[in-house]
Amino acid sequence: MPTCSAAGLLLLADSRLPSGGHVHSGGVEALVDRGLVRDVDDLAQLLDGRARTAGLVAAAFAAAGALTAARNDGSAGSRGTWAPWDAALDVRTPSAALREASRSQGTALLRTARLAWPMAAGLLGLAEFGRPHHPVLLGAAAVAAGATAGDAATLAVHHLVGGAATAAVRLLGLDPLRVAAVQAALAPVTDRVACEAAELAGLAIAADDPDLLPADAGPLPEILAELHHSSEVTLFAS
Amino acid sequence: MHRDDLAPDHGTAVLPAGPRRGYRIGIGGPVGGGKTALVAALCARLRDELSIVVVTNDIYTEEDAEFLRGHAVLPDDRIRAVRTGCCPHTAIRDDITANLAAVEELVEAHDPELVLVESGGDNLTATFSYGLIDAQIFVVDVAGGDKVPRKGGPGVIRSDLLVVNKIDLAPMVGADLEVMRRDAERSRGGRPTVFTSVRHQPDVAEVVNWVRRQRTAAAV
Repeated sequence: MPTCSAAGLLLLADSRLPSGGHVHSGGVEALVDRGLVRDVDDLAQLLDGRARTAGLVAAAFAAAGALTAARNDGSAGSRGTWAPWDAALDVRTPSAALREASRSQGTALLRTARLAWPMAAGLLGLAEFGRPHHPVLLGAAAVAAGATAGDAATLAVHHLVGGAATAAVRLLGLDPLRVAAVQAALAPVTDRVACEAAELAGLAIAADDPDLLPADAGPLPEILAELHHSSEVTLFAS
Repeated sequence: MHRDDLAPDHGTAVLPAGPRRGYRIGIGGPVGGGKTALVAALCARLRDELSIVVVTNDIYTEEDAEFLRGHAVLPDDRIRAVRTGCCPHTAIRDDITANLAAVEELVEAHDPELVLVESGGDNLTATFSYGLIDAQIFVVDVAGGDKVPRKGGPGVIRSDLLVVNKIDLAPMVGADLEVMRRDAERSRGGRPTVFTSVRHQPDVAEVVNWVRRQRTAAAV
């Protein structure tokens, strides 16, 4: 008998799922405004770099969130379980605007996920915690949907890449077919990053030490996020 | 208008934040129809009677909010602008989470009796999800042509109140108000339509009365 178990995962991967993602550009609007991303080639390079830095970090926290949510010792439903992992992502996100962007998307997805999977312990624990970071919540939602920590890590990179790509199509009028091709070409990188992230998350969870999660980043997205937040005319929230 | 004019009960979404507070009205419609002017007029008329908060979704984010603040219709802290990522209709229909968050923050801070959510200007197909609002007003103007009610679209057909604005311009743009009235009546299945000139008659009495009746019927 073939095994078919991806339906819940696909729901979480679908940008049509209400999750607040469509109002965020993943930093693309600030780059486009400054002429730093102008065409499909620029976008391809940006996405590759983001996947390997912010993508790796988000994926590791999503996998850690999934592993935490999947614990069967009853701890997933308690808010205290989540605090150290949440704090660890805070210290990896120097920009206050980006921390807020992450929390607002985490809260938006929590709103949807709690209705979708009302009995999921991880989601209950994060609701108790309040305004969770998006990658951590994504991990708990993935478990609720029947997916694995590796799936959660892949989802995190998938949304980081997909959100930025869609925003670039809207802002620059790029050919959406070519942008889809860029995303397809990036898929092996996404898979590799997700695998590495899930492995690191496994180590961090085994040691119960969030400090073991990766902290890769680039300074420009953090700086631009702050400038974007304070500029008057913007279409995306981040 | 009679009892049948009232919006149907669409149920209340089960939200993590708990039961819904404040009667929530969405105001949508194409660009330039007069949504912001109507919101300002409603605030001016009702603010002494009801505690009101407003969420705006203008494409340039702060534009509508600035208009409302500039006209001093409400204190600053009762107006929130939501960025919609180039997709005003998504933010009021398919993924309402950003608007829900803004509404709930205002509700938390002010415990209002009336919440107005103004969509960014869109086209005739844009409507609000009833997960976000309790009733919706669709605003079109006569300068868009008197064929608009006949063309229909979800906003014209299914909104709880259709407002045809700028009727003072009708002679200038060759719009026949009687044709618009007849077409609206035919396409809207008994739901009410009002004709206004918000600029010249800012008391918008018919809309104000409709809002009062909606609230009474919802018993909030």
